[in-house]
Amino acid sequence: MKLKDVLSPLRVWERAAQKPWTIKDPLNDRPGADNYRGFHKNDFSKCIGCGTCEEICQNDAIDIVPVEGQETVDGDSGLRPRIDYGRCCWCALCVDVCPTSALTMSNDYTWISDNPEDYRFIPGADKTKWQDAETGYERSPDMQLINFDRVEMAEMHPGQRDKSFIEIVKGYNKEQAMKEAERCIECGLCIATCPAHMDIPAYIAAIRDDDIENAFRILYETNPMPEICGRICTHKCETACALHNNGDPLAIRWLKRYIADQIPAGKYQEILGTKHLEDTKLNKKIAIIGAGPAGISAAYYLAIMGYKTKIFEALPESGGMARYGIPEYRLPYDQIDKDVEYLKTLGVEIQYNTRIGQDISLEQLHKDYDAVFAATGLHLGRSTRITGSDHQRVYFATDLLREVTLGNEIDVAKNIVVIGGGNVAMDITRTLARLQNQKFGKVQILATCLEAEQEMPADLEEIVEAREEKAIIEPAWGPVDIEIKNGKISGLHVSKCLSVFNSEGRFSPEFDENQKKFFKADMIVESIGQGMDLSYLSEGIKSKLKFSPRGRIEVNEKFQSDLKWLFVGGDIIEGPDVIHGIANGYLAARGIDGFLTK
Amino acid sequence: MNKQSECKYSGYSADRAKYPEKKDGKPVIDLDSHKFTKIWQGPQHPGVTGNMSVEIIINGDEIIQAQTHVGYLHRAFEKLMERRKYIQCFPLVCRICVPEPDTNEYCVSAAMEDLAGIVVPEKAEWLRTLNLEMSRIASYLMWIGGQAGSLGMGAIGQWTVGMRDFWLDLFEEMTGGRVYHMYMIPGGVRKDLPDGFIEKARNLVIRTRKLLKDVENTFLSNAVVKSRLQGLGVITPAMVDEYGIVGPNARSCGKEYDIRINNPYVKYGELDVKMITSTVGDAYARAQLRYEDMHQSLDLISEILERIPKDGAIQAKLPNVLNWKIPAGQTYIKAESTRGEHGFYMVSDGSDKPRRVFARGASYTHAIAVLEKLAENISISDLAALMVSLHTCPPEIER
Ligand code: SF4
Ligand code: SF4
Repeated sequence: MKLKDVLSPLRVWERAAQKPWTIKDPLNDRPGADNYRGFHKNDFSKCIGCGTCEEICQNDAIDIVPVEGQETVDGDSGLRPRIDYGRCCWCALCVDVCPTSALTMSNDYTWISDNPEDYRFIPGADKTKWQDAETGYERSPDMQLINFDRVEMAEMHPGQRDKSFIEIVKGYNKEQAMKEAERCIECGLCIATCPAHMDIPAYIAAIRDDDIENAFRILYETNPMPEICGRICTHKCETACALHNNGDPLAIRWLKRYIADQIPAGKYQEILGTKHLEDTKLNKKIAIIGAGPAGISAAYYLAIMGYKTKIFEALPESGGMARYGIPEYRLPYDQIDKDVEYLKTLGVEIQYNTRIGQDISLEQLHKDYDAVFAATGLHLGRSTRITGSDHQRVYFATDLLREVTLGNEIDVAKNIVVIGGGNVAMDITRTLARLQNQKFGKVQILATCLEAEQEMPADLEEIVEAREEKAIIEPAWGPVDIEIKNGKISGLHVSKCLSVFNSEGRFSPEFDENQKKFFKADMIVESIGQGMDLSYLSEGIKSKLKFSPRGRIEVNEKFQSDLKWLFVGGDIIEGPDVIHGIANGYLAARGIDGFLTK
Repeated sequence: MNKQSECKYSGYSADRAKYPEKKDGKPVIDLDSHKFTKIWQGPQHPGVTGNMSVEIIINGDEIIQAQTHVGYLHRAFEKLMERRKYIQCFPLVCRICVPEPDTNEYCVSAAMEDLAGIVVPEKAEWLRTLNLEMSRIASYLMWIGGQAGSLGMGAIGQWTVGMRDFWLDLFEEMTGGRVYHMYMIPGGVRKDLPDGFIEKARNLVIRTRKLLKDVENTFLSNAVVKSRLQGLGVITPAMVDEYGIVGPNARSCGKEYDIRINNPYVKYGELDVKMITSTVGDAYARAQLRYEDMHQSLDLISEILERIPKDGAIQAKLPNVLNWKIPAGQTYIKAESTRGEHGFYMVSDGSDKPRRVFARGASYTHAIAVLEKLAENISISDLAALMVSLHTCPPEIER
C-alpha cells in the first residue's frame, strides 16, 4: 500500500467549497433546449388532415379524427391528428414526415393531470398549457423523409416544337415513373378531389410494384379514357396533393399516361377481362349523343354492364372537344383512337356525321331506344360583343381549332391578337403561332385577358410554353373595341383591368379608363368561353325540362332530367373539362342502369 | 500498470478441492448439507447493473457457483423491427441500451444505408462521430458512478453522474432529447449543430477533465479501491477468444481490438485513435483502461469540434420513407461501444421492412458466461464490483 493512495482521496474535501450543480427551480430556471422534442403543437392553418403522421407513427399513438369547425374541402380532409401520450415516445418522426410542416413540438416537457383521458388530446384544438410555449423541435429544411421534388418530364425544346404539331411531352420511362410513384404518401386527398374519384394512390402503388396490368385495371374502374386523361386532364388531383404544400405535387397525370402507354391496344380486352362480353348482352338499348369524353365514358360502363349502346356523333371522328378543341401537340389523335377502338371491341357502335335534331330527331331516338344520354359539349364560341367584333376576321377559338383538326386550311394573319386567358386561349395562341411560323417563318401573336397573370385560368405550363414559343401574353387588360380602317382590322383597344370579380365573387370587372393600350392586329380571335348548342331539343321536349338561370338543363345526381328517359351530362352540365365528363358519364351509366332495371 | 500481485483470494483455492466435491466434472451441491446457501442477487438489488439477477451458491462468504438470469426486460426489438417500415425501426433501437443508445442508432442506420447503397455526406459523418464519442463519455461517467458505488463510495458517483447530466444537456441541444437521442437517422443526421454548441462543448471538455482528475485522486489512487479491485475478476488472454470477450474487458489483458482502429467507421479512420491496452486483466486494470479511454475520448471530441465542416449536407437524399424498399441482401455493421463490439446483423428481402434483425451486444457474453466464470471463488461482497467492472448492461442483453 502506497502512502499516496491513502492521502490522495482526501482531496475530496476541496469539493465541499464548490458551488453545487443542482438547479433549484428547474421548471423555471431550466427551459427545454431550442430543439427540444417536447409536447406536440399543430398549426391548423397548415394541417391538411393527410394522416401521414398517423401512418408513420410506429407506436400507433396517432389517430386522425374529425374536429369541430374543420370542414372537408379540396386538399384538406378536415380531420386532425389526435395523439395518445400513453403511447407516444417523442421520436418526432411525425414531425419530420408532416408534408405541410404543420406539426411541431414545443420545448415544454412537464404536464400534470389527474385525468388519464387528458393525455389523449388533439394538438391545435384542445387547449394546452404549452400552446404559446416556444417551438422546440421542427423538421430541419436540410432533412427530408419524403420527397418534394418531381421527376422531371422530358419535353421537346421550344426550337424543336414551334413549327410542329408532334406531341411535346415525351412521357416517363419506367425508371422515372417508378421514382415518381415512390413519392406518393398515399393520403388519398386526391381521390376526394378527382371528379371521377379515381383510386390514384392504388394505381400509383401498382406502378411502384411494377404491376402495370393491375394499375391499368384500376384506371378503368373509374376512367375509360386513360390515354386522354393522362395527357390533358386538368389534374385537380395535383392541386390537392399533400406534397404541393411544400414542393412539387405528384405528377399524377403523367403517371396515368405512363400506365396507359405501356399497354398495347391489342391487350386491353385480355387485361380488363372483357373478352366475352357479347355473350351477356341485355335486351336494352341506349343511345348516346356525342362521342366526347362523357359519351364514351357512359358507353363504356353501359357496355360492360351488358347494354347495347350506340353513339351518334355529328363530326367525322370521336373525342368531342378533346379532339376538336385540343391541339394535337397536346393530345395526339391516335391516342384518342386507342381508347375509342377498345370501346368498339366491346360492341359499342358509333355512327359519325350524324347530327341529332337534323339527321335524326331526339323524339325518334326516344322511340328506338330505352334511354338516351345527351353529352353534346360546348362547341359554340362566345363573343365579347365589343364594337368591331362582327368583322369577318374576328373568329371564335373553338371554330378555328375544329377546322384545324378537320384538316381544313384556316385564315392565318401575320399579326394576331387572342382575347382570353384560359387553356383554350393558350391552345389557339400556340396553334396559330405554329401556323404563322410555318407560313411566314415568324410568330407575331399576342394573347390578352382580364385576369392578372397569377389569376389566369390557364395552366401555368401552358402560359410558360406559349411564351417559349414566342407568343406574347399581356394579362390584366380588358377589350374596349376593335379598330377597323378601310374595312380592315388594325388592332384592339384595351384598358387596364383592375379586378375581375367583386367582393361577392361575381364576375364584375373594374377598369382604369386612364390606362389604355393598343394592340396592333389584322386578325382577332375570341376565346372567352364556350357555349352550348341545344337546338336538338324540340319545343315539345324543352317544355318538359327544367333549366337553370344560366340555361343548363337541370338533372338529378344520376344526371337524369325531368324526362325520365333522358340523361344529360358532360360539359353542358359540369366542367368544362374531360374528367368531369368522364365522371358524369360513369354516374349517368349507373343512373340509366337503375332506371332500366327498377 | 499494476501487476496482478496480491491476490487475496488465493487462500480460498486450497479449499476448492473440498468444496464443492466434483462428480463427473460437475460440482455436487447439496443444499441440505448446510455447507451451502443459495442467494439471489437481483433483480431488485442495488448490487446488480440493471434488470438481471445472479443466483449464487455460497459457502461461507465465498461464491461457489453463480448463474445469471435474464428475462426481466425483454422487449423483442428484433421482432418488432420485422413488422415495421425501415424508418420506423430507427426510433426503436436506442432503447436497446439506455446509457449508450447512440451505438444502436448508428449501427441500424448504417446497416440500412449499406443495404440500400446510400452514401452519408461528409458533414453528417463528422456529426455522427461527435455524437458517438459524446455517448462514450456519458456512458463511462455513469460507469464510474456504478463502480465506485459498488465499493460503497457514493460521492464519486454523484459527481460523475452529475457531470453526465451536463453531457446530456449537450445532447439535448444537439438532438432534442436527453437520453434517447434519435439523431442518426438513415442517410445522415436530423439536425445541424445549434449556434454556440461548439463553444459549450469545448468548455464541457475542460470541466470533465477537471472532474477526471478528481476521480483519479479519489478513486484510482485509492488504497481501498486498489485493495478491492486488484486481482478481482482476472481475464486471461486465453479467455478472450474462448468467451468472445471484447472492448475494454479484452484490451485490459492485452488483446489489441478496438473497432475504431481495426475497422474504422464514420470518421475514425481520419482521427488518431490509440489502442489502449493493459496486461493485467483484473478489475482495476479495466478501470484504469476506461479512465484512459475517457481522456482519449475527450481528445477526440476536441479534435472533432475543430474539424466538423461548417457547410455541407447533413443527410443524403432518401426515397420517400413511407415507400422505402431496400434491395435484398444482408449486412453486419459493428461499432465500438464502451462495452466493446456492438453490432447489428440485418437481412432485407427487398420489401419495405427488414426480414430479420439481430442485435449483438457485448453484455450477453460479459454478463452471462464471463461473469459466471469469474464469480467463482470470490467473496460475495465483491460480486457487485465484479459485475460493474465488466460493464454489463442488461437491457442490451435482452433487447
Ligand atoms: S402529417 Fe401534418 S398535415 Fe398531415 S395530418 Fe398530420 S399534422 Fe396534419
Ligand atoms: S412523436 Fe413519434 S411516437 Fe409520438 S406521435 Fe409522433 S411518431 Fe408517434
